Amino acid sequence: MKKGMATRTLTWVALASVAFAAPALADEDAELVVNGEIEMVTKTAAPAHLADSVDEILSGWRFRSDETQVLQLDDFDNPGMVFVDQAMDRWNTVEGSEGKSCASCHEDVETSMKGVRATYPKWNDPAEEVRTLVMQINDCRENRMGAEKLKYTSGDMVSMEALISLQSRGMPVDVAIDGPAQSAWEEGKELYYTRFGQLDLSCANCHEDNFGNMIRADHLSQGQINGFPVYRLKNTKLNTAHDRFKGCIRDTRAETFNPGSKEFVALELYVASRGNGLSVEAPSVRN
Amino acid sequence: MKLTRLTLATALVAGAAFAEDIKPADVAFSDGAIETSLTGMPGDPARAPEIMDKGAGNCIACHEVTALNDIPFHGEVGPTLDGAGSRWSEGELRGIVANAKMTFEGSMMPAFYKTDGFNRPGDAYTGKAAEGELAPLLTAQQVEDVVAFLMTLKDE
Ligand code: HEC
Ligand code: HEC
Repeated sequence: MKKGMATRTLTWVALASVAFAAPALADEDAELVVNGEIEMVTKTAAPAHLADSVDEILSGWRFRSDETQVLQLDDFDNPGMVFVDQAMDRWNTVEGSEGKSCASCHEDVETSMKGVRATYPKWNDPAEEVRTLVMQINDCRENRMGAEKLKYTSGDMVSMEALISLQSRGMPVDVAIDGPAQSAWEEGKELYYTRFGQLDLSCANCHEDNFGNMIRADHLSQGQINGFPVYRLKNTKLNTAHDRFKGCIRDTRAETFNPGSKEFVALELYVASRGNGLSVEAPSVRN
Repeated sequence: MKLTRLTLATALVAGAAFAEDIKPADVAFSDGAIETSLTGMPGDPARAPEIMDKGAGNCIACHEVTALNDIPFHGEVGPTLDGAGSRWSEGELRGIVANAKMTFEGSMMPAFYKTDGFNRPGDAYTGKAAEGELAPLLTAQQVEDVVAFLMTLKDE
């Protein structure tokens, strides 16, 4: 085999072993209380649709080391909060041909956006499509503000997603999987159980069959997205769920799907629904 | 057939390295096992640790191996490989490494000597589509080296 290939193998493992800090395993019984007051549900009974798969659902927070866990206990320590502040400025900034900011229509973000994150992705009736929060933000920008769309995983977009998500922090994830959303949900479920790439692995292989196990230096979680956008210590920025999906599929030596693609929107709906009942945690902190 | 000097030279070089290799598509399994060496020669167990670490095999991402304890972070996804050389014959181990799904139906273990039948195969870890033919994850020689090493893992 060519040298280049041998040294590039299994980046998921290669990357993990760069962080040579011995994998201090998380205290899986620790509870997450943010700022001494917001009690987070990081472990609860699985929603009914998972009855044949898992009994309990667990936030990724439970699988992280003590040092990483602690960064999420207080907003002063949470490196993701800087980006929320930046998005707050943007919330009030007029952009586009209509002379409007987000605040022109939605006023105070804390009141108008409370509970929104918990139900996304969700079906949009007039558009007849399942929309992620990012799609909805871009729809407002384009059609109400007359402003440019933001790139799906750009820093500006993920920060805005974090600001809106923060207003639901502590509320249970509650995405609808029936009615008009059902076909997208089924499609997402199909993807979740499909094996991809030359390593021939599905999301379920790692996150349903093996959560709690070490894969090299990585402690496998259930791959929940209740904490997204996530601040990762590894790349020191906020990350969208679609970025994570892309990374995980790439690591199976597969051709990935693109952020914002129909496939990833469906997958986001399905993965979000696996976390129905966990608290919205964004912005969470992971390694 | 008339060979130009160049193609003749290439054929000789390639011949020296690969003449005996059984191609991934031509491998014959019987009950999950592959009875003959893929290279026609015994492997070298001394070359296996590197392959099983961050080399092309990355076996310890999923398996614990006491004999490789100087390499950190062994995974827990598969069973320990300690004693594998007592539990399995050489042919069975060759079959497991080449394509574990022939022994363990629906296994999570990747097939290391297989080049087709994948869903959206990528160009290594770029996330882009693979171009042209896939190379197997391990060469025939590497499979033999790993098998030779596994055969040394005997029960106490
Ligand atoms: C080869 C194993 C593997 C496969 C296959 C895999 N992942 Fe992951 N995934 C990981 C590892 C390792 C991590 C980092 C540790 C953790 O959080 O589990 C991770 C993390 C995640 C996270 C972040 C969780 C958090 O709390 O920050 C999400 C979400 C996720 N994966 C979703 C998926 C989805 C969806 C798929 C399928 C498209 C998938 N993964 C396929 C190994 C895998
Ligand atoms: C992504 C995970 C993964 C990787 C990587 C992996 N394996 Fe496995 N392996 C497994 C699992 C899981 C099993 C258990 C079989 C089953 O039930 O599916 C297994 C079983 C085995 C067995 C049989 C164990 C026994 O004694 O019962 C051997 C031998 C083996 N693997 C060798 C290897 C070698 C050598 C490599 C690297 C070239 C490797 N494996 C890479 C997951 C993996």
